[in-house]
Amino acid sequence: MGILKQVFGARAGKRVSRSMGGDLGIFSLMIVVAAFMCLPFVYAIMQSLKPMEEIFIFPPRFFVRNPTFENFRMIGRFANSLWVPFSRYLSNSVVVTVTATLGQIVFCSMAAFVLSKGSLRGRKVLFSTIVAMLLFSYEVTAIPLYIVLSRMNLVDTHGALILPMFAAPLGLFLMKQYMETVPIAVIESARVDGAGPFLVYARIVMPTVKPAWLTLVILSFQAIWSREGLEFIYSEQLKVVPTLLRQISAGGIARVGIGAAAAVIMMIPPIVTFVVSQSRVIETMAHSGIK
Amino acid sequence: MRQEPVPTPLIHPARSRLSSPLGGLRRMASSGRLTEAAMIAPFLTFFLLFTILPVAAAIVLSLTDFDMIRMPRFIGFENYVRLFIEDDVYLIAVKNTLVFAMITGPLSYFACLVFAWLINELRPGIRSVMTLLFYAPSIAGNVFFIWIFIFSGDANGLVNSTLLRLGILQDAVKWLTDPRYSLAIIILVQLWLSLGVGFLSFIAGLQSIDPSLYEAGAIDGIRNRFQEFVKLTLPSMGPMLMFGAVMQIAVSFGVSNVCSALAGFPSTDYAAHTIVLHMQDYGTLRFEMGYASAIATLLFLTMLLLKRGISKILSRYAA
Repeated sequence: MGILKQVFGARAGKRVSRSMGGDLGIFSLMIVVAAFMCLPFVYAIMQSLKPMEEIFIFPPRFFVRNPTFENFRMIGRFANSLWVPFSRYLSNSVVVTVTATLGQIVFCSMAAFVLSKGSLRGRKVLFSTIVAMLLFSYEVTAIPLYIVLSRMNLVDTHGALILPMFAAPLGLFLMKQYMETVPIAVIESARVDGAGPFLVYARIVMPTVKPAWLTLVILSFQAIWSREGLEFIYSEQLKVVPTLLRQISAGGIARVGIGAAAAVIMMIPPIVTFVVSQSRVIETMAHSGIK
Repeated sequence: MRQEPVPTPLIHPARSRLSSPLGGLRRMASSGRLTEAAMIAPFLTFFLLFTILPVAAAIVLSLTDFDMIRMPRFIGFENYVRLFIEDDVYLIAVKNTLVFAMITGPLSYFACLVFAWLINELRPGIRSVMTLLFYAPSIAGNVFFIWIFIFSGDANGLVNSTLLRLGILQDAVKWLTDPRYSLAIIILVQLWLSLGVGFLSFIAGLQSIDPSLYEAGAIDGIRNRFQEFVKLTLPSMGPMLMFGAVMQIAVSFGVSNVCSALAGFPSTDYAAHTIVLHMQDYGTLRFEMGYASAIATLLFLTMLLLKRGISKILSRYAA
């Protein structure tokens, strides 16, 4: 059973409450579930590489035999049929995601600093309001938000997708919880040296809580990147990639190949960013408890 | 003639400057409060505008008839009465959402917990790979739509073609448009999507438990890993469990996108119609904003009550 030792690592006799049968059971279960989790990804990659005739072959095959990038080229042609080049959807997505993420990091981290290390009154009330708002996801508030956005003439502008993300409750929550771990002594000593709150925030706290804002970058990037914003954007030239993806996939089997190709393009950025930053994300989440 | 006495200032000039509004500002500046206020102001403004205001507006507008063009007209609880008495589709949506939330909510929550726990048993290198594999669905953008092709209703769909070849099915099944199957498929896809932020939070929580706790437990007679999990691990994860629960409620009741993408909008016989989809229907297609607001208000209330209940249960088990 050398493989189990490989998978679970040596325990150096510390944790005695482990049986080999249990290890084997856990390992098998994990493999099965991991296969289920992977299936759509592998299927998407396979379909995206299949030429037309392989997609329509009957009985269908799971694996691709003559891989081609034709489907990726077809995305551009499909987008052109909507009179908007694919690069436009992509640049819209990038602009919206980057602006919203940057704004969220700056706004949330400054506010989190004040809430965790500041001296303003009412901090506790504000924080518990924010924690309560964690409950309402963007889907649940979409229609009331639509009413507010339309009063502000923001509907059908990128502002509708960007501005509400600046003050995301989850962003502030994670930042504030992590900042609680910065020892007050560090901040006091900087204050004695004459540094104002902003200097303390920018020079001392932000470098210390780097895992937290990197995590926020990842989470906010992922959330905004995959948002369709169907309710808020009507003009084709303002739409983002996920909206295009839905329009493609609504076309049924004839568009399986292009749809899969677009999905593959969509999934690369969030997955790559997570791989790069996984350890920091986990470190930040270690402080995510709600008491 | 008496000379008018020179009025003596009641307050010393220096002190009066301090107590004037400007003096207050200056004092705040010297203690850094003004900077603090300036630092929290951007967040606060956007939070009030785009989170608090929509929620408050929904509550107020739920008592009105409002079509976005004319002024809202106060009609009392008419919208709520209409929801429960006249709107059969709403009741279907409520039923579907509750079925959905009652199944995916607890299942996803336990999946997050159990898989985080199992992953934590692995060696660090393999642990990161597994974390990525399990977390990937919830971050990979709208890739869930690939399930449309897996459960495609023609003989070319992955599930249909496999089951046909194995002889389990005689004819292709319309998995997504047949009201008998659509909600079940959506539940399956939602489970696939469910290992999200809460899952990461649990993994992190497990990793930050002090190993000496387990050593002490082993000495005190903990015999197997289930005992260890129930007696040692869970109680030290209390706050994480609450965070995970909040995230899970948010996801389970917000379900809409997956439904409309997989089963279409509206779905056959409204078999995959949810509360959020019903709200979107009235909000973005019919512009009956008062009515949509009433749906939103009830949804807010349900979620808050559920959170309270869960918080009570959790505080009893894991303190």
